[in-house]
Amino acid sequence: MLEIKNLVVQIEDKRILNGLNLTVNKGEVAAIMGPNGSGKSTLSYVIAGKEDYEVLDGEILLNGENLLEMEPDQRAAAGVFLAFQYPLEIPGVASMTFLKATLNAQRKARGEEELTTPDFIKRVNAAAQQLEIPKDMLKRALNVGFSGGEKKRMEILQMALLQPSFCILDETDSGLDIDALRIVSEGVNALRSPDRAFLVITHYQRLLNHIVPDTVHVMHSGRIVRSGGKELALELEANGYADYRDSEAA
Amino acid sequence: MPAVQETIDQVRSIDVDQYKYGFETEVEMEKAPKGLSEDVIRFISAKKGEPEWMLQWRLDAYKRWLTMTEPAWARVSYDKIDYNDIYYYAAPKKNPAPKSLDEVDPEILKTYEKLGIPLREQEILAGVEPQSRVAVDAVFDSVSVATTFKEELKKAGVIFMPISEAVREYPDLVRQYLGTVVPVTDNFFATLNSAVFTDGSFVYIPPGVRCPMELSTYFRINEKNTGQFERTLIIADKGSYVSYLEGCTAPRRDENQLHAAVVELIALDDAEIKYSTVQNWYPGDSQGRGGIYNFVTKRGDCRGRNSVITWTQVETGSAITWKYPSCILRGDNSRGEFYSIAVSNGMQQVDSGTKMIHLGKNTTSRIISKGIAAGRSENTYRGLVSAHRKATGARNFTNCDSLLIGNECGAHTVPYIESKNASAVFEHEATTSKISEDQMFYCQQRGLSEEEAVALIVNGFVKDVLQQLPMEFAVEAQKLISISLEGSVG
Repeated sequence: MLEIKNLVVQIEDKRILNGLNLTVNKGEVAAIMGPNGSGKSTLSYVIAGKEDYEVLDGEILLNGENLLEMEPDQRAAAGVFLAFQYPLEIPGVASMTFLKATLNAQRKARGEEELTTPDFIKRVNAAAQQLEIPKDMLKRALNVGFSGGEKKRMEILQMALLQPSFCILDETDSGLDIDALRIVSEGVNALRSPDRAFLVITHYQRLLNHIVPDTVHVMHSGRIVRSGGKELALELEANGYADYRDSEAA
Repeated sequence: MPAVQETIDQVRSIDVDQYKYGFETEVEMEKAPKGLSEDVIRFISAKKGEPEWMLQWRLDAYKRWLTMTEPAWARVSYDKIDYNDIYYYAAPKKNPAPKSLDEVDPEILKTYEKLGIPLREQEILAGVEPQSRVAVDAVFDSVSVATTFKEELKKAGVIFMPISEAVREYPDLVRQYLGTVVPVTDNFFATLNSAVFTDGSFVYIPPGVRCPMELSTYFRINEKNTGQFERTLIIADKGSYVSYLEGCTAPRRDENQLHAAVVELIALDDAEIKYSTVQNWYPGDSQGRGGIYNFVTKRGDCRGRNSVITWTQVETGSAITWKYPSCILRGDNSRGEFYSIAVSNGMQQVDSGTKMIHLGKNTTSRIISKGIAAGRSENTYRGLVSAHRKATGARNFTNCDSLLIGNECGAHTVPYIESKNASAVFEHEATTSKISEDQMFYCQQRGLSEEEAVALIVNGFVKDVLQQLPMEFAVEAQKLISISLEGSVG
């Protein structure tokens, strides 16, 4: 589904990704772990198409299509979704309004009919209920004054509505208490399907107890330095990232 | 950074030339001789068939104006205006004072059709009530060419007609109120207007009457080298209510044209006036050529107890805007409100705001101003809130927010606060923000295009003010804001 080959990326002359290779298959949940500054968030931004990052080499293919040639909104319509570590506030725009605008924009880009208001509301309410999002939160301006947990739940709600084929979760567990972590994880698990792949970026093993990955990749200095099954996460939790730091120093 | 570079490129390539109302109507016009003199004023007064007192009023204003100098304190700059290079009166030659729509030049009717202004009173189909009706006074250069629903309004006791007609038909009412809110001597442009004003609307709502429909005036400048000097006077008698809306457009031309209007509102005891403006004069092109100079004095007098005056404005047009719709809160417990959205793009310059003058006891005022600057425009909020000695318990809340799009525009906030009464409470909040690249990326990541993302963020920014507009105009205004900002972001 997603193929990244020899990706080299810099920002303001600073090299962040150094020939990164990664393959995520359909239906797979892949976790990326690594110390701060290893390039995890950069990877998620480059896949989603944030400007400011200069791609010097390599390619990113989603179902064979070259993502690097697309605008961020085209990538979204092609199925890429990024759950932000720090979701942005949009003052004065009710969450409901935002959800409807984005859903219809994607449908339009794919040549589908816009949803009627009753259909849309039905879908939102069903998804919101599962994520324990109260209706009044949907009327509030998007992410404005939301707690950390509310913001993350809103990200997952958007994911549930937009039904993307490739989901990136960037440090979704940061700032979540244990209850919020459970709700968010259940929301993500409900979306797991043979047609959808996930890239779960996290610093800690904790999230992976809830969202159990098929594969775990360790990222360091802009490269995948080790890959394995879910047990790799436990090993990292026990030993930390010190090994990789040493190997870099040596 | 690439994103910033792209923004700059796009801003450079902006054509304010997306202006959709820039066409010109070919009609033969009768004009006063070019320039300003006593003779020209006599010419205008004679054309309007005015009584002697009105002519004298104009001549006094003219004498006064000759001694005045143009104000220079606003944050706008423009080449010196040659007041003798302007036509002060232009009216369609054929039938300048039509009695009914059938007499109006078909070319002019077509113009309003193209602008989407309904001049025909919709016939009520059997059993079907039109959802909302708006009475329209259409002012074309210096004359009113049509006023709709006049008869129906008359049945309710409401007077709604061109001011030149009111001077003839209701001289006592006009004389009693004209110039009592904006005195002839008020300021350079108001005094000029007093000398040469041509048309505008006159509204009188009798005691206890709730005006049965929205009233509106649509101003169109068509003839070149011609100034428009609109004069509007609205009186809401005791316990009455009226909602009034004005709209404005002009053809695209390379030279600047002057629109110097005076609007006076008077609210007596327990009366309420809502005055909304959607101003879309031609803004000039991307290089700053052409466009309307909109130098306007608008003031409301809450003369009676418990009276309310609300100004709502959506300003997207004009090369230069110099405009401060204000409230004099004279009656005890009276209330003044000002809601403004001012959008500037290209090379536009806006210096706009309000004055809330608290004179009476327990008077309250509220100011919500949203400035949006894009392109290479400059957007200034300038506002005065003052409490006089007797204004015990005066309260004001002011909120001024500015939003910048791109890196070559400016937003400025200049609030003045004066309090001579210790019990007055004034609050002022101001913010300036930029649409951040992160916000844009977030919206685009969810599937919105750049334009859709800007429109969404801007609509969120101006929501508080749009809510104040009558429903049908709010939708129009929302569209207008999006169009005005098209292509302004990267």
